[in-house]
Amino acid sequence: MEAYINLFIKSVFIENMALSFFLGMCTFIAVSKKIETAVGLGIAVVIVQTLTVPANNLIYTYLLKENALTWAGVQDVDLSFIALMACIGVIAAIVQILEMVLDRFFPALYNALGIFLPLITVNCAILAGSLFMIERDYNFSESVVYGVGSGFGWALAITAMAGVREKLKYSDVPPGLRGLGITFITAGLMALGFMAFSGIQL
Amino acid sequence: MELTQENKKVLVEPLVENNPITLQVLGICSALAVTSQLSTALIMSLALTTVTAFSSAGIAFIRNHVPSSIRIIAQMVIIASLVIVVDQLLKAFAYDVSKQLSVFVGLIITNCIVMGRAEAYAMKNPPWESFLDGIGNGLGYSLILIGVAVIRELLGSGKLLGMEILPLVKDGGWYVPNGLLLLPPSAFFLIGLIIWAIRTWKPKQVEKSDFEIQPAHGAVHGEAH
Repeated sequence: MEAYINLFIKSVFIENMALSFFLGMCTFIAVSKKIETAVGLGIAVVIVQTLTVPANNLIYTYLLKENALTWAGVQDVDLSFIALMACIGVIAAIVQILEMVLDRFFPALYNALGIFLPLITVNCAILAGSLFMIERDYNFSESVVYGVGSGFGWALAITAMAGVREKLKYSDVPPGLRGLGITFITAGLMALGFMAFSGIQL
Repeated sequence: MELTQENKKVLVEPLVENNPITLQVLGICSALAVTSQLSTALIMSLALTTVTAFSSAGIAFIRNHVPSSIRIIAQMVIIASLVIVVDQLLKAFAYDVSKQLSVFVGLIITNCIVMGRAEAYAMKNPPWESFLDGIGNGLGYSLILIGVAVIRELLGSGKLLGMEILPLVKDGGWYVPNGLLLLPPSAFFLIGLIIWAIRTWKPKQVEKSDFEIQPAHGAVHGEAH
Protein backbone atom coordinates (compact mmCIF):
# COMPACT_ATOMS: atom_id res chain seq x y z
CA MET A 1 0.00 0.00 0.00
CA GLU A 2 2.75 2.39 1.04
CA ALA A 3 4.52 1.88 -2.27
CA TYR A 4 1.40 2.98 -4.14
CA ILE A 5 0.96 6.12 -2.06
CA ASN A 6 4.60 6.95 -2.72
CA LEU A 7 4.16 6.41 -6.45
CA PHE A 8 1.08 8.63 -6.41
CA ILE A 9 2.84 11.49 -4.60
CA LYS A 10 5.84 11.08 -6.85
CA SER A 11 3.79 11.26 -10.04
CA VAL A 12 1.76 14.27 -8.84
CA PHE A 13 4.53 16.48 -7.46
CA ILE A 14 8.06 15.26 -8.02
CA GLU A 15 7.57 14.05 -11.57
CA ASN A 16 4.83 16.47 -12.50
CA MET A 17 4.02 15.94 -16.18
CA ALA A 18 3.66 19.62 -17.00
CA LEU A 19 6.23 21.32 -14.82
CA SER A 20 9.02 18.75 -14.50
CA PHE A 21 8.80 17.00 -17.86
CA PHE A 22 7.17 19.81 -19.86
CA LEU A 23 4.63 17.55 -21.50
CA GLY A 24 1.33 18.74 -22.86
CA MET A 25 2.85 22.22 -23.04
CA CYS A 26 1.00 23.32 -26.18
CA THR A 27 -2.39 22.85 -24.55
CA PHE A 28 -0.95 24.00 -21.23
CA ILE A 29 -0.05 27.37 -22.73
CA ALA A 30 -2.99 27.65 -25.13
CA VAL A 31 -5.90 26.69 -22.84
CA SER A 32 -4.84 28.30 -19.57
CA LYS A 33 -6.41 31.72 -20.08
CA LYS A 34 -9.46 31.05 -17.86
CA ILE A 35 -9.78 28.98 -14.71
CA GLU A 36 -13.06 27.29 -15.73
CA THR A 37 -11.76 25.97 -19.02
CA ALA A 38 -8.51 24.92 -17.38
CA VAL A 39 -10.41 22.92 -14.75
CA GLY A 40 -12.57 21.30 -17.46
CA LEU A 41 -9.54 20.26 -19.45
CA GLY A 42 -7.82 19.09 -16.27
CA ILE A 43 -10.73 16.78 -15.41
CA ALA A 44 -10.78 15.40 -18.94
CA VAL A 45 -7.05 14.66 -18.76
CA VAL A 46 -7.42 12.84 -15.43
CA ILE A 47 -10.21 10.64 -16.82
CA VAL A 48 -8.43 9.81 -20.06
CA GLN A 49 -5.09 9.21 -18.37
CA THR A 50 -6.69 6.89 -15.78
CA LEU A 51 -8.19 4.81 -18.57
CA THR A 52 -5.40 4.78 -21.15
CA VAL A 53 -2.33 4.00 -19.05
CA PRO A 54 -3.74 0.75 -17.57
CA ALA A 55 -5.26 -0.22 -20.94
CA ASN A 56 -1.92 0.25 -22.67
CA ASN A 57 -0.25 -1.63 -19.85
CA LEU A 58 -2.46 -4.69 -20.48
CA ILE A 59 -1.92 -4.52 -24.21
CA TYR A 60 1.81 -4.14 -23.84
CA THR A 61 2.21 -6.93 -21.28
CA TYR A 62 0.02 -9.49 -23.01
CA LEU A 63 0.55 -8.72 -26.70
CA LEU A 64 3.61 -6.65 -27.51
CA LYS A 65 6.40 -7.31 -25.02
CA GLU A 66 9.17 -9.74 -25.83
CA ASN A 67 7.80 -13.28 -25.43
CA ALA A 68 4.45 -11.81 -24.36
CA LEU A 69 2.54 -14.04 -26.75
CA THR A 70 3.67 -17.23 -24.99
CA TRP A 71 0.16 -17.63 -23.55
CA ALA A 72 -1.15 -17.94 -27.09
CA GLY A 73 1.41 -20.60 -27.92
CA VAL A 74 3.62 -18.29 -30.01
CA GLN A 75 7.26 -18.27 -28.94
CA ASP A 76 10.03 -15.69 -29.42
CA VAL A 77 7.98 -12.87 -30.84
CA ASP A 78 8.94 -9.29 -30.00
CA LEU A 79 6.41 -6.75 -31.17
CA SER A 80 7.59 -3.94 -28.92
CA PHE A 81 8.57 -1.78 -31.91
CA ILE A 82 4.93 -1.15 -32.74
CA ALA A 83 4.19 -0.08 -29.16
CA LEU A 84 4.08 3.54 -30.32
CA MET A 85 1.44 2.84 -32.92
CA ALA A 86 -0.55 0.68 -30.49
CA CYS A 87 -0.46 3.33 -27.76
CA ILE A 88 -1.64 6.19 -29.94
CA GLY A 89 -4.32 3.93 -31.44
CA VAL A 90 -5.60 2.94 -28.02
CA ILE A 91 -5.64 6.57 -26.91
CA ALA A 92 -7.54 7.72 -30.00
CA ALA A 93 -10.03 4.87 -29.61
CA ILE A 94 -10.59 5.43 -25.88
CA VAL A 95 -11.10 9.15 -26.37
CA GLN A 96 -13.63 8.43 -29.10
CA ILE A 97 -15.49 5.85 -26.96
CA LEU A 98 -15.41 8.11 -23.92
CA GLU A 99 -16.91 10.89 -26.01
CA MET A 100 -19.80 8.66 -27.11
CA VAL A 101 -20.42 7.28 -23.61
CA LEU A 102 -20.41 10.73 -22.04
CA ASP A 103 -22.72 12.04 -24.76
CA ARG A 104 -25.17 9.20 -24.09
CA PHE A 105 -25.13 8.95 -20.29
CA PHE A 106 -23.67 12.18 -18.88
CA PRO A 107 -24.72 14.96 -21.26
CA ALA A 108 -23.97 17.67 -18.68
CA LEU A 109 -20.35 16.58 -18.34
CA TYR A 110 -20.12 16.10 -22.08
CA ASN A 111 -21.21 19.66 -22.72
CA ALA A 112 -18.87 20.98 -20.07
CA LEU A 113 -15.84 19.24 -21.61
CA GLY A 114 -16.88 20.13 -25.15
CA ILE A 115 -13.98 20.60 -27.52
CA PHE A 116 -11.37 19.46 -25.00
CA LEU A 117 -12.04 15.74 -25.32
CA PRO A 118 -10.94 15.37 -28.96
CA LEU A 119 -8.02 17.71 -28.28
CA ILE A 120 -6.70 15.28 -25.72
CA THR A 121 -5.74 12.74 -28.39
CA VAL A 122 -2.90 14.99 -29.43
CA ASN A 123 -1.93 16.03 -25.91
CA CYS A 124 1.56 14.64 -25.45
CA ALA A 125 1.11 14.23 -21.70
CA ILE A 126 -1.31 11.38 -22.40
CA LEU A 127 0.96 9.52 -24.80
CA ALA A 128 3.96 10.19 -22.57
CA GLY A 129 2.13 8.62 -19.62
CA SER A 130 1.89 5.36 -21.56
CA LEU A 131 5.45 5.57 -22.85
CA PHE A 132 6.89 6.25 -19.39
CA MET A 133 4.85 3.33 -18.08
CA ILE A 134 6.49 1.07 -20.69
CA GLU A 135 9.96 2.48 -20.11
CA ARG A 136 9.74 2.01 -16.33
CA ASP A 137 8.16 -1.44 -16.49
CA TYR A 138 5.20 -0.71 -14.23
CA ASN A 139 2.89 -3.63 -13.44
CA PHE A 140 -0.87 -3.31 -13.79
CA SER A 141 -1.72 -1.87 -10.36
CA GLU A 142 1.23 0.51 -10.49
CA SER A 143 0.06 1.70 -13.89
CA VAL A 144 -3.40 2.52 -12.49
CA VAL A 145 -1.85 4.61 -9.71
CA TYR A 146 0.59 6.24 -12.12
CA GLY A 147 -2.23 7.08 -14.55
CA VAL A 148 -4.35 8.76 -11.88
CA GLY A 149 -1.37 10.55 -10.35
CA SER A 150 0.16 11.92 -13.52
CA GLY A 151 -3.24 13.10 -14.78
CA PHE A 152 -3.97 14.77 -11.48
CA GLY A 153 -0.60 16.47 -11.42
CA TRP A 154 -1.15 17.90 -14.89
CA ALA A 155 -4.63 19.14 -13.92
CA LEU A 156 -3.19 20.80 -10.82
CA ALA A 157 -0.52 22.55 -12.84
CA ILE A 158 -2.84 23.93 -15.52
CA THR A 159 -5.32 25.17 -12.90
CA ALA A 160 -2.58 26.99 -11.02
CA MET A 161 -1.29 28.46 -14.29
CA ALA A 162 -4.76 29.70 -15.23
CA GLY A 163 -5.07 31.34 -11.80
CA VAL A 164 -1.83 33.21 -12.32
CA ARG A 165 -2.76 34.28 -15.84
CA GLU A 166 -6.17 35.61 -14.77
CA LYS A 167 -4.36 38.00 -12.43
CA LEU A 168 -1.62 38.75 -14.94
CA LYS A 169 -3.95 40.26 -17.50
CA TYR A 170 -4.37 43.37 -15.34
CA SER A 171 -0.66 44.01 -15.17
CA ASP A 172 1.48 46.29 -17.29
CA VAL A 173 3.68 43.98 -19.36
CA PRO A 174 6.17 45.35 -21.93
CA PRO A 175 4.58 45.10 -25.40
CA GLY A 176 6.89 42.45 -26.87
CA LEU A 177 6.49 40.21 -23.86
CA ARG A 178 2.71 40.48 -23.72
CA GLY A 179 0.72 37.25 -24.01
CA LEU A 180 2.93 34.35 -24.98
CA GLY A 181 6.24 35.70 -23.71
CA ILE A 182 5.16 36.46 -20.17
CA THR A 183 3.30 33.15 -20.05
CA PHE A 184 6.55 31.32 -20.74
CA ILE A 185 8.35 33.22 -18.02
CA THR A 186 5.53 32.54 -15.55
CA ALA A 187 5.64 28.85 -16.41
CA GLY A 188 9.39 28.90 -15.84
CA LEU A 189 8.95 30.41 -12.39
CA MET A 190 6.30 27.80 -11.56
CA ALA A 191 8.61 25.05 -12.74
CA LEU A 192 11.32 26.41 -10.46
CA GLY A 193 8.81 26.20 -7.62
CA PHE A 194 8.04 22.59 -8.45
CA MET A 195 11.76 21.83 -8.46
CA ALA A 196 11.66 22.27 -4.69
CA PHE A 197 10.12 18.79 -4.63
CA SER A 198 12.92 17.27 -6.65
CA GLY A 199 15.24 16.30 -3.80
CA ILE A 200 12.54 14.38 -1.95
CA GLN A 201 13.15 10.65 -1.78
CA LEU A 202 10.13 8.52 -1.09
CA MET B 1 12.49 20.99 -59.29
CA GLU B 2 12.88 24.77 -59.63
CA LEU B 3 12.08 26.89 -56.59
CA THR B 4 9.51 29.51 -57.56
CA GLN B 5 8.97 32.74 -55.65
CA GLU B 6 5.93 31.24 -53.95
CA ASN B 7 7.85 28.12 -52.90
CA LYS B 8 10.64 30.21 -51.45
CA LYS B 9 8.13 32.12 -49.37
CA VAL B 10 6.65 28.88 -48.04
CA LEU B 11 10.13 27.73 -47.08
CA VAL B 12 11.42 30.92 -45.48
CA GLU B 13 8.35 32.35 -43.80
CA PRO B 14 8.24 29.92 -40.84
CA LEU B 15 11.80 30.85 -39.84
CA VAL B 16 10.97 34.15 -38.16
CA GLU B 17 7.79 35.66 -39.62
CA ASN B 18 5.57 32.73 -38.70
CA ASN B 19 7.77 30.63 -36.42
CA PRO B 20 6.01 27.49 -35.16
CA ILE B 21 7.26 27.89 -31.59
CA THR B 22 7.20 31.62 -30.96
CA LEU B 23 4.09 32.53 -32.92
CA GLN B 24 1.98 29.48 -33.68
CA VAL B 25 2.59 28.02 -30.17
CA LEU B 26 3.23 24.54 -31.57
CA GLY B 27 5.72 21.88 -30.51
CA ILE B 28 6.79 23.44 -27.25
CA CYS B 29 7.11 20.28 -25.14
CA SER B 30 10.14 18.88 -26.86
CA ALA B 31 11.67 22.31 -27.31
CA LEU B 32 11.93 22.55 -23.56
CA ALA B 33 12.98 19.05 -22.71
CA VAL B 34 15.80 18.23 -25.13
CA THR B 35 17.73 21.51 -25.15
CA SER B 36 20.19 21.02 -22.29
CA GLN B 37 22.76 19.70 -24.78
CA LEU B 38 23.41 20.75 -28.33
CA SER B 39 23.84 17.20 -29.65
CA THR B 40 20.38 16.03 -28.55
CA ALA B 41 18.84 19.24 -29.86
CA LEU B 42 20.47 18.70 -33.27
CA ILE B 43 19.28 15.10 -33.54
CA MET B 44 15.80 16.09 -32.41
CA SER B 45 15.64 18.93 -34.97
CA LEU B 46 16.75 16.59 -37.73
CA ALA B 47 14.20 13.95 -36.72
CA LEU B 48 11.36 16.42 -36.50
CA THR B 49 12.16 18.18 -39.77
CA THR B 50 12.29 14.85 -41.60
CA VAL B 51 9.04 13.62 -40.11
CA THR B 52 7.19 16.90 -40.74
CA ALA B 53 8.37 17.15 -44.34
CA PHE B 54 7.55 13.59 -45.32
CA SER B 55 4.30 13.37 -43.40
CA SER B 56 3.09 16.64 -44.96
CA ALA B 57 4.00 15.32 -48.40
CA GLY B 58 2.34 11.95 -47.72
CA ILE B 59 -0.82 13.53 -46.36
CA ALA B 60 -0.97 15.93 -49.30
CA PHE B 61 -0.80 12.95 -51.67
CA ILE B 62 -3.89 11.30 -50.19
CA ARG B 63 -5.75 14.47 -49.20
CA ASN B 64 -8.38 14.13 -51.91
CA HIS B 65 -9.14 10.49 -51.14
CA VAL B 66 -9.70 10.67 -47.38
CA PRO B 67 -13.18 11.43 -46.01
CA SER B 68 -12.89 14.24 -43.50
CA SER B 69 -14.47 12.19 -40.70
CA ILE B 70 -11.51 9.81 -40.53
CA ARG B 71 -8.77 12.20 -41.59
CA ILE B 72 -7.23 12.44 -38.11
CA ILE B 73 -6.73 8.68 -37.94
CA ALA B 74 -5.32 8.60 -41.47
CA GLN B 75 -2.88 11.39 -40.58
CA MET B 76 -1.96 9.61 -37.36
CA VAL B 77 -1.12 6.40 -39.22
CA ILE B 78 1.19 8.18 -41.65
CA ILE B 79 2.89 10.18 -38.90
CA ALA B 80 3.22 7.19 -36.57
CA SER B 81 4.79 5.01 -39.29
CA LEU B 82 7.36 7.71 -40.06
CA VAL B 83 8.14 8.21 -36.38
CA ILE B 84 8.64 4.47 -35.89
CA VAL B 85 11.09 4.44 -38.81
CA VAL B 86 13.02 7.38 -37.33
CA ASP B 87 12.98 5.79 -33.88
CA GLN B 88 14.35 2.49 -35.18
CA LEU B 89 17.01 4.26 -37.25
CA LEU B 90 18.16 6.23 -34.22
CA LYS B 91 18.30 3.07 -32.12
CA ALA B 92 20.39 1.40 -34.80
CA PHE B 93 22.86 4.19 -35.61
CA ALA B 94 22.87 6.57 -32.63
CA TYR B 95 21.96 4.44 -29.65
CA ASP B 96 23.33 6.76 -26.95
CA VAL B 97 21.44 9.76 -28.25
CA SER B 98 18.27 7.76 -28.61
CA LYS B 99 18.58 6.70 -24.95
CA GLN B 100 18.97 10.34 -23.92
CA LEU B 101 15.99 11.45 -25.96
CA SER B 102 14.01 8.58 -24.34
CA VAL B 103 10.31 9.09 -24.95
CA PHE B 104 10.71 12.34 -26.86
CA VAL B 105 11.30 10.66 -30.22
CA GLY B 106 8.03 8.80 -29.77
CA LEU B 107 6.37 12.02 -28.78
CA ILE B 108 7.02 13.47 -32.25
CA ILE B 109 3.75 11.70 -33.07
CA THR B 110 1.84 14.09 -30.86
CA ASN B 111 4.13 17.02 -31.60
CA CYS B 112 1.68 19.69 -32.57
CA ILE B 113 3.91 20.97 -35.38
CA VAL B 114 3.43 17.77 -37.37
CA MET B 115 -0.32 17.57 -36.80
CA GLY B 116 -0.78 21.32 -37.04
CA ARG B 117 0.95 21.61 -40.42
CA ALA B 118 -0.89 18.53 -41.69
CA GLU B 119 -4.23 20.10 -40.76
CA ALA B 120 -3.47 23.67 -41.68
CA TYR B 121 -1.41 23.26 -44.84
CA ALA B 122 -1.03 19.75 -46.23
CA MET B 123 -4.78 19.09 -46.40
CA LYS B 124 -5.19 22.01 -48.82
CA ASN B 125 -2.02 22.05 -50.90
CA PRO B 126 -0.18 19.79 -53.36
CA PRO B 127 2.61 17.46 -52.16
CA TRP B 128 5.67 19.48 -53.25
CA GLU B 129 4.50 22.68 -51.55
CA SER B 130 3.51 20.70 -48.46
CA PHE B 131 6.94 19.09 -48.39
CA LEU B 132 8.57 22.53 -48.48
CA ASP B 133 6.20 23.82 -45.84
CA GLY B 134 7.17 20.86 -43.65
CA ILE B 135 10.86 21.58 -44.13
CA GLY B 136 10.36 25.29 -43.47
CA ASN B 137 8.47 24.69 -40.25
CA GLY B 138 10.96 22.04 -39.19
CA LEU B 139 13.76 24.57 -39.75
CA GLY B 140 11.90 27.25 -37.80
CA TYR B 141 11.60 24.79 -34.92
CA SER B 142 15.26 23.80 -35.28
CA LEU B 143 16.35 27.43 -35.21
CA ILE B 144 14.77 28.05 -31.81
CA LEU B 145 15.85 24.65 -30.49
CA ILE B 146 19.48 25.10 -31.51
CA GLY B 147 19.57 28.68 -30.25
CA VAL B 148 18.30 27.64 -26.84
CA ALA B 149 20.59 24.60 -26.73
CA VAL B 150 23.71 26.61 -27.60
CA ILE B 151 23.03 29.10 -24.80
CA ARG B 152 22.19 26.39 -22.29
CA GLU B 153 25.14 24.13 -23.01
CA LEU B 154 27.72 26.90 -23.47
CA LEU B 155 26.85 28.91 -20.38
CA GLY B 156 25.59 25.97 -18.33
CA SER B 157 28.53 23.61 -18.70
CA GLY B 158 31.08 25.58 -20.71
CA LYS B 159 30.99 23.13 -23.60
CA LEU B 160 29.59 22.85 -27.10
CA LEU B 161 28.91 19.38 -28.51
CA GLY B 162 30.99 18.02 -25.63
CA MET B 163 34.07 20.11 -26.50
CA GLU B 164 35.34 22.56 -23.92
CA ILE B 165 34.93 26.20 -24.97
CA LEU B 166 34.96 28.03 -21.67
CA PRO B 167 37.45 26.39 -19.25
CA LEU B 168 35.67 25.70 -15.96
CA VAL B 169 36.98 26.85 -12.59
CA LYS B 170 36.99 23.33 -11.24
CA ASP B 171 39.36 22.26 -14.03
CA GLY B 172 41.67 25.21 -13.37
CA GLY B 173 40.03 27.65 -15.84
CA TRP B 174 38.24 30.92 -15.19
CA TYR B 175 34.57 30.25 -16.01
CA VAL B 176 32.04 29.62 -13.23
CA PRO B 177 29.20 27.68 -14.86
CA ASN B 178 25.65 28.87 -14.40
CA GLY B 179 23.94 25.80 -13.00
CA LEU B 180 20.47 27.29 -13.49
CA LEU B 181 20.84 26.94 -17.24
CA LEU B 182 21.17 23.18 -16.96
CA LEU B 183 17.86 22.97 -15.13
CA PRO B 184 14.78 22.59 -17.30
CA PRO B 185 12.99 25.82 -16.18
CA SER B 186 15.73 27.92 -17.80
CA ALA B 187 14.41 26.83 -21.20
CA PHE B 188 11.15 28.63 -20.39
CA PHE B 189 13.01 31.84 -19.60
CA LEU B 190 15.16 31.61 -22.71
CA ILE B 191 12.21 30.99 -25.02
CA GLY B 192 10.32 33.80 -23.30
CA LEU B 193 13.25 36.15 -23.95
CA ILE B 194 13.59 34.96 -27.56
CA ILE B 195 9.89 35.73 -28.08
CA TRP B 196 10.47 39.17 -26.59
CA ALA B 197 13.41 39.78 -28.94
CA ILE B 198 11.53 38.62 -32.04
CA ARG B 199 8.48 40.69 -31.21
CA THR B 200 10.56 43.78 -30.59
CA TRP B 201 12.11 43.24 -34.01
CA LYS B 202 8.73 42.48 -35.67
CA PRO B 203 6.18 44.59 -33.75
CA LYS B 204 3.40 43.15 -35.93
CA GLN B 205 3.44 39.99 -33.78
CA VAL B 206 2.73 41.80 -30.50
CA GLU B 207 -0.49 40.61 -28.90
CA LYS B 208 -3.23 43.02 -27.90
CA SER B 209 -3.58 43.61 -24.20
CA ASP B 210 -6.99 42.74 -22.66
CA PHE B 211 -7.00 45.93 -20.68
CA GLU B 212 -5.54 49.31 -21.52
CA ILE B 213 -3.49 50.64 -18.66
CA GLN B 214 -4.77 54.12 -17.88
CA PRO B 215 -2.17 56.63 -16.75
CA ALA B 216 -2.63 57.65 -13.13
CA HIS B 217 -3.88 61.19 -12.59
CA GLY B 218 -0.79 62.39 -10.79
CA ALA B 219 1.50 61.07 -13.47
CA VAL B 220 -0.03 62.94 -16.41
CA HIS B 221 -0.11 66.23 -14.58
CA GLY B 222 2.02 68.80 -16.36
CA GLU B 223 2.46 66.76 -19.55
CA ALA B 224 1.29 68.13 -22.87
CA HIS B 225 -2.00 66.52 -23.98
